Amino acid sequence: MPARLSELSDEYNVTQDTFSSLLLDPKLPCPKGLVSPSGKVDVKRFSVYRNNVVVGLTGAIADIFPAIQRLLGEEAFMSLARLFVADNPPTSPLMFQYGSGFAEFLEAFEPLKDYPYLGDVARIERLWLDCFHSADAEPIAPDALSAFPPESLGDLVFEPHPAARLFSSQYAAVSIFSANRQGTAMDGINPADAEDCLISRPDAQVDVRHIPQAATVFFQTLFDGQTLGEAANAASNQDPEFDISMAISTMLEAGVFTSCKLINEEPGSTGQ
Amino acid sequence: MLNATPRPIPADHEYLAECSVPARAGAGLKGQHVDDILSDDYKMGFFEVHAENYMGEGGLPHQALTQIRNNFPITVHGVGLSIGSERGLDSDHIERLAKVVDRYQPGIVSEHLAWSTHDNHYYNDLLPVPYDQATLDRVVSHIGQVQDRLKRPILLENPSTYVAFEQSTMSETDFITEIARRAGCGLLLDINNVFVSATNHKYSPEKYLSEFPLGHVGEIHLAGHAEDKDDDGETLLIDAHDRPVADEVWKLYQDVVTQMGPIPTLIEWDNDVPEWHILRREAKIAEAILDAVPEHPLLGERHASAAE
Repeated sequence: MPARLSELSDEYNVTQDTFSSLLLDPKLPCPKGLVSPSGKVDVKRFSVYRNNVVVGLTGAIADIFPAIQRLLGEEAFMSLARLFVADNPPTSPLMFQYGSGFAEFLEAFEPLKDYPYLGDVARIERLWLDCFHSADAEPIAPDALSAFPPESLGDLVFEPHPAARLFSSQYAAVSIFSANRQGTAMDGINPADAEDCLISRPDAQVDVRHIPQAATVFFQTLFDGQTLGEAANAASNQDPEFDISMAISTMLEAGVFTSCKLINEEPGSTGQ
Repeated sequence: MLNATPRPIPADHEYLAECSVPARAGAGLKGQHVDDILSDDYKMGFFEVHAENYMGEGGLPHQALTQIRNNFPITVHGVGLSIGSERGLDSDHIERLAKVVDRYQPGIVSEHLAWSTHDNHYYNDLLPVPYDQATLDRVVSHIGQVQDRLKRPILLENPSTYVAFEQSTMSETDFITEIARRAGCGLLLDINNVFVSATNHKYSPEKYLSEFPLGHVGEIHLAGHAEDKDDDGETLLIDAHDRPVADEVWKLYQDVVTQMGPIPTLIEWDNDVPEWHILRREAKIAEAILDAVPEHPLLGERHASAAE
């Protein structure tokens, strides 16, 4: 049998290097060696792959950042998403982990300079999805603290729930996130007000709640493994008005921790 | 020939429903349908899930799938292994797949004849491979790697393609037949893909199916496609999974199951996902065709079932 032309030369071998290097930019030519039944390189046919990739990746970005899409409008959002995916294709087949650089991308995008809160809204949306997929764990019971003598409560340390996260913004990113996730108006929100939030999953549903900055200090101190007493002191230093009973009820309602014990107790003898 | 017996069920993952997939119709599982499915008097034969959607640590997706798995057999369909990759498989991803398979005890595990990852970039699409010796050797080796880890055979799905590689030296059916023979895997026959590729490359889908090694097929996929035109104005079909199965595809399906006998058959509908009753209607059409298949299929040599 006579050798085919393609066997004599590598010129028409389309490697995955070649294929992928031409995939994300429609201005580039199509790979030689990929043909239609008429034997020609066919732009329309290769564009099906280009289109599938762009539609798939921008669709994933739209799914992960619905509040940003509502803020920008669908058309502007999709053009931004196309720019983002072309330069930042995913590095993992787990699409629910995609989009970690989208916040920085929005902040660096010159035409959006007047909306500096967008980056933090995107960060909260990304944390929302991390929380959604986090490991399951039973939060401590609402009456867990009553198992300990009142004078020893200051010595309690807590195990964080795998889904619980804190976020601090110098903008009103939490209110803006919530309004745009719920589809409500943004009346009364001053974007320049700094806001913090607690993101948690007491049951299957993700809960994003606005908390005072001192409460962030309180929870972060507990996340760092310090005692309830130390966390209360740190929060009061941040804000003398810190309301510890409200922080504790938030902690129990939002399922921020999975167990607690006295700091000197042996592991295992935890109050659930 | 093909032994797809799943491993014994570990004690910590026992489900009320069987592992083995019946030769009935099933549907791709969508989160928004779970409540309707669980309250429906009609019980689907099985549900198929994309493995990657269940590779998170916990939360709602796992709660929903656990409920489904307690009521139905499931099949796990991977979309992210990049079996055709020139740079080898990601062993972390194989481990993630093994974890999903261990946890949910699917009756069937399948993947695609395609690649989707290159140089650490994941393109979220099933990209085509040339049908030449180097690709064949690579795909066989990659399937072996996956099957060794899962300790069970997988099914490999025929692709839908829009371009042909000039460097190909064999037909798609010869290529796939050789993969199944050498890797000892089963095949997932996507009849919509056959129709899409046959139209796009101007060959006869009936001839393709007559050359396809049906004896290795453990599952069939059916889906809807969209229609477009290429640069020459010729019909270009797109594997869109966004509408009902086309009449021509139903006809091919009927011919195939008449030949091979009843077989697990999945309706895929991944974009513009309709309400549950519309997807169920498609599955019922497949089920009616399966019910009408003669008891003694023409293809006597077919293995009892790749899925049992």
